[in-house]
Amino acid sequence: MKQPILECRNISFSYHSLKCETKALNHISFQVHQGEFIAIVGPSGCGKSTLLSIIAGLLKPEEGEIVLDHANDMRIGYMLQQDHLLEWRSIWKNVLLGPEITKTLSPEKEALAERLLKDYGLYRFKDKKPGELSGGMKQRAALIRTMVMEPALLLLDEPFSALDYQTRLMVSADIGSIIRKSGITAVLITHDLAEAISLADRILVMTKRPATIKEEIPVHLTVAENSPLAARSAPEFNNLFTFLWKEISDEYSGENS
Amino acid sequence: MNIPEKTVDHTRSSDTSKPGTQEQYVRKHHQYHHMITSLRLLIFVIFLIIWEVAGRLELIDTFFFSSPSMVISYFFEMLEDGSFFTHTGITLLETLISFILITLIAMVTATLLWYSKTLSEILEPYLVVLNSLPKSALAPLFIVWLGTGTRTIIVAGISVAIFGSIISLYTGFKSTDPEKLKLIYTLGGNRLNAFFKVVLPASIPTVLSNMKVNIGLALVGVIIGEFLAARRGLGYLIIYGSQVFRLNMVITSIIILCIIAMGLYQGIQYMEHLYKKKK
Repeated sequence: MKQPILECRNISFSYHSLKCETKALNHISFQVHQGEFIAIVGPSGCGKSTLLSIIAGLLKPEEGEIVLDHANDMRIGYMLQQDHLLEWRSIWKNVLLGPEITKTLSPEKEALAERLLKDYGLYRFKDKKPGELSGGMKQRAALIRTMVMEPALLLLDEPFSALDYQTRLMVSADIGSIIRKSGITAVLITHDLAEAISLADRILVMTKRPATIKEEIPVHLTVAENSPLAARSAPEFNNLFTFLWKEISDEYSGENS
Repeated sequence: MNIPEKTVDHTRSSDTSKPGTQEQYVRKHHQYHHMITSLRLLIFVIFLIIWEVAGRLELIDTFFFSSPSMVISYFFEMLEDGSFFTHTGITLLETLISFILITLIAMVTATLLWYSKTLSEILEPYLVVLNSLPKSALAPLFIVWLGTGTRTIIVAGISVAIFGSIISLYTGFKSTDPEKLKLIYTLGGNRLNAFFKVVLPASIPTVLSNMKVNIGLALVGVIIGEFLAARRGLGYLIIYGSQVFRLNMVITSIIILCIIAMGLYQGIQYMEHLYKKKK
């Protein structure tokens, strides 16, 4: 077996206030391999975003460690729930924000940004302000902003949740296939089970707080075309959906009793 | 933003289907605004007429209340002997220097407070107390410490606005969307990057509206300072005129002050307009 690109070893994390300690994550362990697309689902408020922040290095775990393959030069990209394009900058200036901050702006980076904008049909909007673009286009621009940093691992924190249903289907298909094509390893957090099934190779189900990994479900869909929209019509889709639905609603019913 | 786009589309579609309605709307809009402007002017003119007529009919004593014609003739006197330029110039200069210093000091301080949460928590009660203190109470102290003259007046001008300005800029900086800050951190940036790439550009509207408040307050502070510690300036003319019962001098100076205040405010408004246009 190849060495995993990312390994979470026994991660625990708590939030502290003067009144109480809230244990968010409880001994979470899993591995992600090169080129894999992992989806993490779980009841809302279970600490999925916390886990992602820990992987990204924005938070320190209280226990356990994050092991990254060739740890020093592995860049991690992060896509937030909303595009958060800076409205006073043009699309071009927005996608180059990362290199600008890390002082790695070079003609090569600019060429990469140009190619990505062209590939994803945004090149002719490069001088526009984000306000002039549709929600889907903005989310794509946000993805390009992340991709310009050439990440080996991409973390997606419910990146489609702010979009309306129709746009959401289109953008998740769109971004899903962009990620597939580029061969980036991705970890997606979502509460949308259909989205998880249609995009991921493997789904991790988290319990409610304090969250642990409850189940690890490989996704094998028999579809002619490898696209997230086609995946929704795969014969296995419904069974998987029902199974996941039950797993998650068990968590909620436990909460009520 | 989708909603404004839709609104534009709506006007366009109604524009093509009913050619008359759009024209009517534009005409009505202009008529309404003409009416507002004329009524504004009318109030002013009526006020001047009543003031002048009341003076001439001796319903009011022009020795105390002056009259528009006396103000105008006094104004020309001031122009002739050049005192208009000395006094207005010095007040304007002191106000602008105070304003620039307020803006600079407040920006730097608010930035430091934003940068260090500990610092802002330590200094918060001091800022609140100093801000709620009536600053005119400090003016006599400034005279004792700094003597009379331009320096004291500029310090008085600064003292009126500085604390409020720091507080409102800091509050503006703090209200930046935390997710946008997270974006900077996910791209490998630090707190300094977050400030210059997100906080500062996002706060420009706050900074501009804060400047509008500051320019007015700087003028207030400068006039208070001139009341107490000046030999020149409009504030000095007002206090001197009232002491020797030359009410023409007082009222003319007040009117010049009105015009200065309006001009300064419009100046900042124009900057704001330029910024919005650029955006």
